[in-house]
Amino acid sequence: MSAVDPTFDLDGQPVALQPGDTILSAAARAGLDIPHLCWSEEVSGSASCRLCTVLADGRPVAACVTPAVAGQKVECRTASLATQRLRLLQMLFVEGNHFCPGCEKSGNCVLQVQAERAGMTELHFEVLNPERPVDASHPDVLFEPNRCILCQLCVRASDELDGKRVFAIGGHGIATRLLIDSPSGRLGDSALSVDDRAAHICPVGALLPKRVGFAVPIGQRRFDTEDTRG
Amino acid sequence: MNASSPSPRKLRVATVSLAGCFGCHMSLLDIDERLFDLVERVDFDRSPLTDIKTVGEHDRCDIGLVEGGLCNAENVEVLRAFRARCTVLVAVGACAITGGLPALRNHLDVGDIMQSVYGRVPDDPELPLPLNRVLPIHEVVRIDHALPGCPPPADAFWQLLQDLMAGRTPVPAPGLIRYD
Ligand code: SF4
Ligand code: SF4
Ligand code: FES
Repeated sequence: MSAVDPTFDLDGQPVALQPGDTILSAAARAGLDIPHLCWSEEVSGSASCRLCTVLADGRPVAACVTPAVAGQKVECRTASLATQRLRLLQMLFVEGNHFCPGCEKSGNCVLQVQAERAGMTELHFEVLNPERPVDASHPDVLFEPNRCILCQLCVRASDELDGKRVFAIGGHGIATRLLIDSPSGRLGDSALSVDDRAAHICPVGALLPKRVGFAVPIGQRRFDTEDTRG
Repeated sequence: MNASSPSPRKLRVATVSLAGCFGCHMSLLDIDERLFDLVERVDFDRSPLTDIKTVGEHDRCDIGLVEGGLCNAENVEVLRAFRARCTVLVAVGACAITGGLPALRNHLDVGDIMQSVYGRVPDDPELPLPLNRVLPIHEVVRIDHALPGCPPPADAFWQLLQDLMAGRTPVPAPGLIRYD
């Protein structure tokens, strides 16, 4: 170990580095929050959501896949990055059907809490109202594709943690969607088990274990604060 | 008039429920006794709480609060009148902002819905024609502010009204931004 641990600067705070760190993993270990949706320390990076975009020595990069470099100056809390995060979140909201008042992930949803923290009050863009059919064929897991943000956390969890490769991303452009590896393309005919990590890693209300919805009282959900009316 | 300094002009506030459930209005009423403070500082124009039939008929309104999305032709006409007669227009609640749960009908054919509910498509010209999709209000008129929630908490209404009455741009406190 060298006498002085290498660090980089995040919005004026020194962050200690370890070999193999990305900007996001180092910041997360130091307890500093860089907003993100598609990153999890459990699986490899995918850099699909772009919410973690920071300025590294002035250049915009995805903090979840960009190696941390000693001495680098990284900015996250700038006004223009805050506006960019807000617009990214609004794009994700209008791209799906995010009717939180009827979604059983509400209060436990990472997309929702990021939008709240970004100060999102309205959608800004036109809504797209996709019409992808719900897949309720699995006895224990529901898939509501109109809430899927294509973060690929389920894809990576199934590949890397469950060793099953149940999910993949297919299609192009706005028609890109989550594919399920089974003869029928339906979840019920796949190898997915409700005990798999992939069945629980979805940050939003797209892949949901069945029969546990609305079990947690308002006020006690994952992201509820003392301000949450209950 | 006596010699005491004149109180500031009362603001004129209009409210309406389009494709709403009136729940946002109920949440506004949930400010409880603060309503007494409010009526000393505002006059209500057209609103489900008053008898005025046309928005801003005699006086332009300072603030218009719009609950509900757009589900039929009358909603669109009323929303346009609100935009034309209100200086500040606020989208209130999930329905006005996103279309809300009523927009779950957007993946169905509106004719099929009418057939299955009524057995026919009601055709009296008194009835406003439904739109084929439920729309959030920002797709038809410009909005100045939005108050999220289904419904927004009473404290969010109170903060917004206090900010607007003081001439400040409303910025909701973090805990007051809810979508559910
Ligand atoms: S997935 Fe999250 S953002 Fe989407 S409707 Fe559900 S709670 Fe809201
Ligand atoms: S189903 Fe969930 S975890 Fe999988 S890609 Fe969609 S949002 Fe991500
Ligand atoms: S967390 Fe980095 S791009 Fe999604």
